Amino acid sequence: MSVLKSDHLTIKFGGLTAVSNFCVTVEEGELVGLIGPNGAGKTTTFNMLTGVYKPTNGKIYLYEQDITRKRVDQITALGIGRTFQNVRLFSELSVIDNVMVGSHLRLKSSFFQAVFHTPRYTKEDKQIREEAKQLLSEVRLDKFKNKVAGSLPYGEQRRLEIARALATKPKLLLLDEPAAGMNPQETKDLMSFILKIQEKFKLTIVLIEHDMKVVMGICKRILVLDYGVTIAEGKPLEIQHNPEVIKAYLGAEANYA
Amino acid sequence: MKKKNLYSLLNIILILIVAIFINIAQKRFDPYIIRILNLCAIYVILGVSLNLINGFTGQFSLGHAGFMAIGAYVSALLYMSPELKEMNYFITPLIWPFSVIQIPFFISVIVGGIIAALVGFLVGAPCLRLKGDYLAIVTFGFSEIIRIIFNNLQSITNGPIGLKGLPAFTNLWWSWGGAIFTIFFISNLINSSYGRALKSIREDEAAAEAMGVNLFYHKVLSFVVGAFFAGIGGALLGSLVMTIDPNTFSASMTFQIIVIVIVGGLGSITGTVIAATIFAILMEFLRVVESPMNFFGTKLPAIPGMRMLVFSTILMVVILFFKRGLMGGKEFSLKQFIKFFSRNNRVIKEGS
Repeated sequence: MSVLKSDHLTIKFGGLTAVSNFCVTVEEGELVGLIGPNGAGKTTTFNMLTGVYKPTNGKIYLYEQDITRKRVDQITALGIGRTFQNVRLFSELSVIDNVMVGSHLRLKSSFFQAVFHTPRYTKEDKQIREEAKQLLSEVRLDKFKNKVAGSLPYGEQRRLEIARALATKPKLLLLDEPAAGMNPQETKDLMSFILKIQEKFKLTIVLIEHDMKVVMGICKRILVLDYGVTIAEGKPLEIQHNPEVIKAYLGAEANYA
Repeated sequence: MKKKNLYSLLNIILILIVAIFINIAQKRFDPYIIRILNLCAIYVILGVSLNLINGFTGQFSLGHAGFMAIGAYVSALLYMSPELKEMNYFITPLIWPFSVIQIPFFISVIVGGIIAALVGFLVGAPCLRLKGDYLAIVTFGFSEIIRIIFNNLQSITNGPIGLKGLPAFTNLWWSWGGAIFTIFFISNLINSSYGRALKSIREDEAAAEAMGVNLFYHKVLSFVVGAFFAGIGGALLGSLVMTIDPNTFSASMTFQIIVIVIVGGLGSITGTVIAATIFAILMEFLRVVESPMNFFGTKLPAIPGMRMLVFSTILMVVILFFKRGLMGGKEFSLKQFIKFFSRNNRVIKEGS
């Protein structure tokens, strides 16, 4: 059973077709890369998959369940977690609170039980806090637990964003340029980090990335978008030698060089 | 666990001290002072409830006066005696069910709050799609609509004449009881998982939604809770000033509460409580500036509204020097208080 399947996804903003006929099937445990020049529609695709944009045409299935018209928070609850291109933490909340927000959707206590701190709620809250602590120690952020999220160094903020997405207990994780703005050492750490969490949390991951070292290094399969059209799909090596892809990245006259 | 018990014990002791103080104050204090203390408590209720919407959820609402009006009128219609109603409605008689019923003060205040919350839901559900300035304009419009409706709904609200001679039920017990309950309710809410969700909406809506927070539900929730306490505050205010008319709940009422919230600090309950208390006291204190004065031999005439000028200046000074209000987003808690003192002790011991 495929984790994610998109069927001819198309979205138009007025006269502009941002993404057209995007078809992908992601199997359990895969690590798929989505690449393409700037403005190719990668983030738009992510926004459609997570429900931020409603596609003009086409359908999205998560474990064969149609999620095309569902709200963002419903899709998250069904098991898609995501991070953002530019870090979007709750910067004035503490690090642990950031992670605990991700557990809110699983809270069973009612509003009044929460307000009056009934034993049931207190127990649940304690459990959520424990889970968050554990998650933070797994991403090596436990020493920043009570710090304000906005005060963390950039690399840590990126990791916290991933941890926050993990707190929603996703089956599919969408990472939007996780290595953006990182130095080579941080990028290297990130690559092993992604592989580690994939194994640990049994995740299926789709990631957008411009850093080819990351994409070629960890992705088993790559999709290339250009002007909203999927121009190539395949293993890293195939993609590297695909003339269409080279053309998209370097321009048509690339051959003479 | 032991520490937790200690804190709840301290909380209980604190509440007991307040209760004893209220008891003495209610019996011994000058009525004028009691009135100011009552106003303090009511401003605390109003400020804290508005802070929930504006400071913690980040939805800029200017509709508080509207909810207060609803709370004040609904409760007054319920607790006034039929004879008093007959006396008040001498132009257009009050319509049937309201003209005969009379229920105890406490229940009518709660009903006032509930009706305000209901209206909060009806207004919030469509309006909370809007953000920032747009939401502010719409909620401001709502509050004005309420005022105009109340001005014209003669057979229910008695129109612009208002309701006069309301029984003075509000005493320190009711007002401070209400204030303490409001603080308890809202601070508990803020420190719960729901509170984290509300704050995440304030920080970044898109990210909050992607973390599975149902934006609509949580925004409406905060709006409804805020409206409920605004209704309660309005009801208590009505019975304190003993006369209400639609123009009591004009835009300037909302702005007074906004000033309290901003001076205290968006997102700080402690700050709001401090600011509300200062505001209520200054409000009375500064009456001097509105009376005719002898200023170095020249006679200055009385200038109504001068107080608000002073408040505007205070607001500007606070915004200039404390960008995020007196308390910023910080809170006072017993825990930190004790920590602070034990640290001081340690320093002294080490020093000696």
